[in-house]
Amino acid sequence: MSASTLDSGTVADGHWHDSTQNRKGFFTDTSICIGCKACEVACKEWNRNPQDGTFELLGSSYDNTGSLGANTWRHVAFIEQDSERIEKARESGRKLVNLGMPTIRPRTDESAAVQPLGGALGAADEGRTSDGLPTTPQLDVDLLAPGAMEPADLSGVDTTPPDTADFRWLMSSDVCKHCTHAGCLDVCPTGALFRTEFDTVVVQNDVCNGCGTCVAGCPFGVIERRDDGTINTPTDRDDRKAADMDVPDAGTANKCTLCYDRLVEGQEPACAQTCPTQSIKFGDRSDMVDKAHERVAELHAKGLTEARLYGANPNDGVGGTGSVFLLLDEPEVYGLPPDPRVATKDLPGMFASAGVAALGMVAAAGLAFLGSRR
Amino acid sequence: MVEDVEFTSYYGRPIVKAPPWGHEIALYLFLGGLAGGSTLLGLGAQFTDRPGLRIASRMTAITATGVGGAALVADLGRPERFINMMRVVKVSSPMSLGTWILSGFGVGSGVTFAVELDRVTGQKLLPLGPLRKVLHAMETPAALESAFFATPLAAYTAVLLGATAVPTWNAAGRNGLPYVFVSSASLAAGGAAMALAPVRETGPARLLALTGAAGDAYAMSAMKKRMHPAEVDPMEDGEPGHKLHRAEKLLIAGAIGAAAIEVGARVFAKKLGGRGAGGSGAGGSAAGGKRSWKTRAALRALSVVSGTALAAASAYTRFGMLEAGIESTKDPRHVVEPQRARLEERRARGITDDSITTGR
Repeated sequence: MSASTLDSGTVADGHWHDSTQNRKGFFTDTSICIGCKACEVACKEWNRNPQDGTFELLGSSYDNTGSLGANTWRHVAFIEQDSERIEKARESGRKLVNLGMPTIRPRTDESAAVQPLGGALGAADEGRTSDGLPTTPQLDVDLLAPGAMEPADLSGVDTTPPDTADFRWLMSSDVCKHCTHAGCLDVCPTGALFRTEFDTVVVQNDVCNGCGTCVAGCPFGVIERRDDGTINTPTDRDDRKAADMDVPDAGTANKCTLCYDRLVEGQEPACAQTCPTQSIKFGDRSDMVDKAHERVAELHAKGLTEARLYGANPNDGVGGTGSVFLLLDEPEVYGLPPDPRVATKDLPGMFASAGVAALGMVAAAGLAFLGSRR
Repeated sequence: MVEDVEFTSYYGRPIVKAPPWGHEIALYLFLGGLAGGSTLLGLGAQFTDRPGLRIASRMTAITATGVGGAALVADLGRPERFINMMRVVKVSSPMSLGTWILSGFGVGSGVTFAVELDRVTGQKLLPLGPLRKVLHAMETPAALESAFFATPLAAYTAVLLGATAVPTWNAAGRNGLPYVFVSSASLAAGGAAMALAPVRETGPARLLALTGAAGDAYAMSAMKKRMHPAEVDPMEDGEPGHKLHRAEKLLIAGAIGAAAIEVGARVFAKKLGGRGAGGSGAGGSAAGGKRSWKTRAALRALSVVSGTALAAASAYTRFGMLEAGIESTKDPRHVVEPQRARLEERRARGITDDSITTGR
C-alpha cells in the first residue's frame, strides 16, 4: 500500500495493511483525451455490461452515454467552450495554483510588490525571463514550473497556449474513483462491497441484496442498482431494447471493479489497455500521483494554467481517490462534485445527536406518564 | 473573499444519484417511528395499569413492525436475499445497525403481542399447554427488551438518511434530523393511541403527542435555518414541499385537538368514568353513568380525529423528507452550491490544503 493512503481513521475502510500488493489506480489525463470512447467500448465488452438506454441522441455534444451508472463504468464527457469560458478556466486554475502556496521566491519587499502572481508561474505568465528567478532549492520540487528547477531553460519556453483562443472541446473519461474513504463501502449493510488486495472497491454480486444504500452513499454518483426502476435511465421509450437483453446481476449494485478479474491475472484494466493516447494510465497509485504532478507542472509551464488535479490530495473529503484526474476546468463542468466528502465522516456527530434524541424520547414518554398520574 | 460561486454544471445532469428508494421506505420511516413510540406507551400502560392503552399500543407496534419490515424487504433489488443483512454487524453502516435494532425490537414486540393475543382470546386460541405460564412470565422482560430498542428504532432512520451524499438528507442529518424523527415518532404513537384507546386512558399518549408536536415544529425550523438554502429548497418546493407543509398543518390541528381533549378529560374526569379516572374510583363512574355518554362520545370522536391527524402529520413528514432528498439529487445545483460555499468558506478561513482540486 502506498504511504499516502496510510493516514489515520481508516479502520472502517477495512484496509489490508499487510497486503502484498501496492494500491492500484488510474491517472486519467483529460488534456490528451481525444473522445474516441474506446474505453467505454472496451469496458462494456470485457465486463459484459448490458445496454444503457435506446441509442437516442442526448443533445450534449458527442456524449450520448449520459452518465456513469450500473451499466456504464466508463463515461466520456464532451464539453464545448468559447473563449470566455476558456479564460475563466484559466483564471480559476491560476487562483488554485497560488492558493495558500508559499512563493518559491525568498520574499523581499521588492519582489513581493512587483509580482502579484509570484513564483515561476508568475514569471511565465508575464513573459519575464529567468533573470528574476532565484536558484531554487530542491525542496520545492514540483513547483508548477519545471523552469523553477531549471532556470536557464525558461527563457526559451513558449508561453502561448497551443490551442485556439476562441474555442475548445473538453473530453474526459470518467470512472469510479475507488476512494480511500469509500462512502459506498462504508454504508453497505451486507458486506457485499469490499476492499480488495489492490485497495480498490468491488461489489460481490452474489452477496448484494440490492438495498441501494451504497447508491446514496457515493458522493460522485457512480454506483447504481441494475434495474429499470433506477432514477437515471436515459430514456423511457416503450421499445427499450435493454429490457429484452439477458441482464446479468439484475437487482444488485454495479460499478467499475478496476477490472479486478484482470488485475489478479497481472493484466491492466480493459479501458487503460485500449486507450490509444494513453490518456488513461494505470499502475501503482503512488506512481500515478507522481505522474499527475509532473504532468500538471508541465502544462503550467506551457502557460496552460487551467490544468489542475482532481483526487490527488490525501487531505480531501474522501482521503484522495484511487482514480486521479487532470482536468482543464472546474470539476462541476465535467459533472464532478467540487468538494465531495464521504458522508460517514458525519456519523459520530449524527450518532451522538441520535443518542440524545433517543434519550429525550424516553424522558418524554416517562414524563407523559408521570404527568397523567391518577 | 467569496467569489466565482456562479453555478455551472454538465448539461444540468445530476452529480449524485438518488437511491432506488420508493414509497416503501417512506412508509417504513413512519412505521418504524410509530412502532418505537407505541412500545414505550405499551410499557408505561402496563406499569400504570391502563389495559386499553396497553393493548392498543402493543397491537399498533406489532402491526407497524410487520408491515414496515415487509416494506423494507419489498424494496430490495433481490428480496430473497434479505437475510444477507444479517451477515455482518457494521457500525459504519446505519442500515446494518438498523437491521439489528429492528430485529431486536421485533423479538420483544412479538412476545408481548403473543401475550396480548392469548389474553384477548381467553387463553383458548393458542395451543400452548404448559408453555402458557412461560409466555406470560416473559411479558415484562419482553416489554422491557423491546422498549430498549424502541427509541433507537425511532432515531436511527435519521442517521440512515443523513449518512448519504444526498444533499438535503446529509445536511438535515448534520443539523438535527434525529430530533425531528423522534419527535415525529412520539406524535405518531401518541396519535395512534388517541385514536384507538379510550380517552380516560390516553392521557400519557396526549402528553407524548403534544411534546412530540412541539419538538417536531421546533427541531424542523431550527434544522432548516442551519442548512444551506440550496439544500432546503427541495423541502419547500414541489410535491415534497406540499407534503411537508401539509404535515405542518395537520400537526397544528392535531395538537390543538389533543390539548383540547386533555383539558376536557381533566374537567370532565368524573363523567369519563372508568376506574380511577377522577382519582376516586368506581363511585364517580356510577354516578356519571348514562347521563354523560354524550360528553364521552364527543371527546372520543375528537380524540379519534386529532389522533389520526397527528399520525398523518408524522407520515407526511416522513414521505416529504424522503422525497425532498430524492428531489435534491435531480438538479446538480443542490450539490454544487453548498459544496462551493463550504469550500470558499474554508479558503476564506485560510484552510487551503483539503480541496480535492489542486493546482499542482
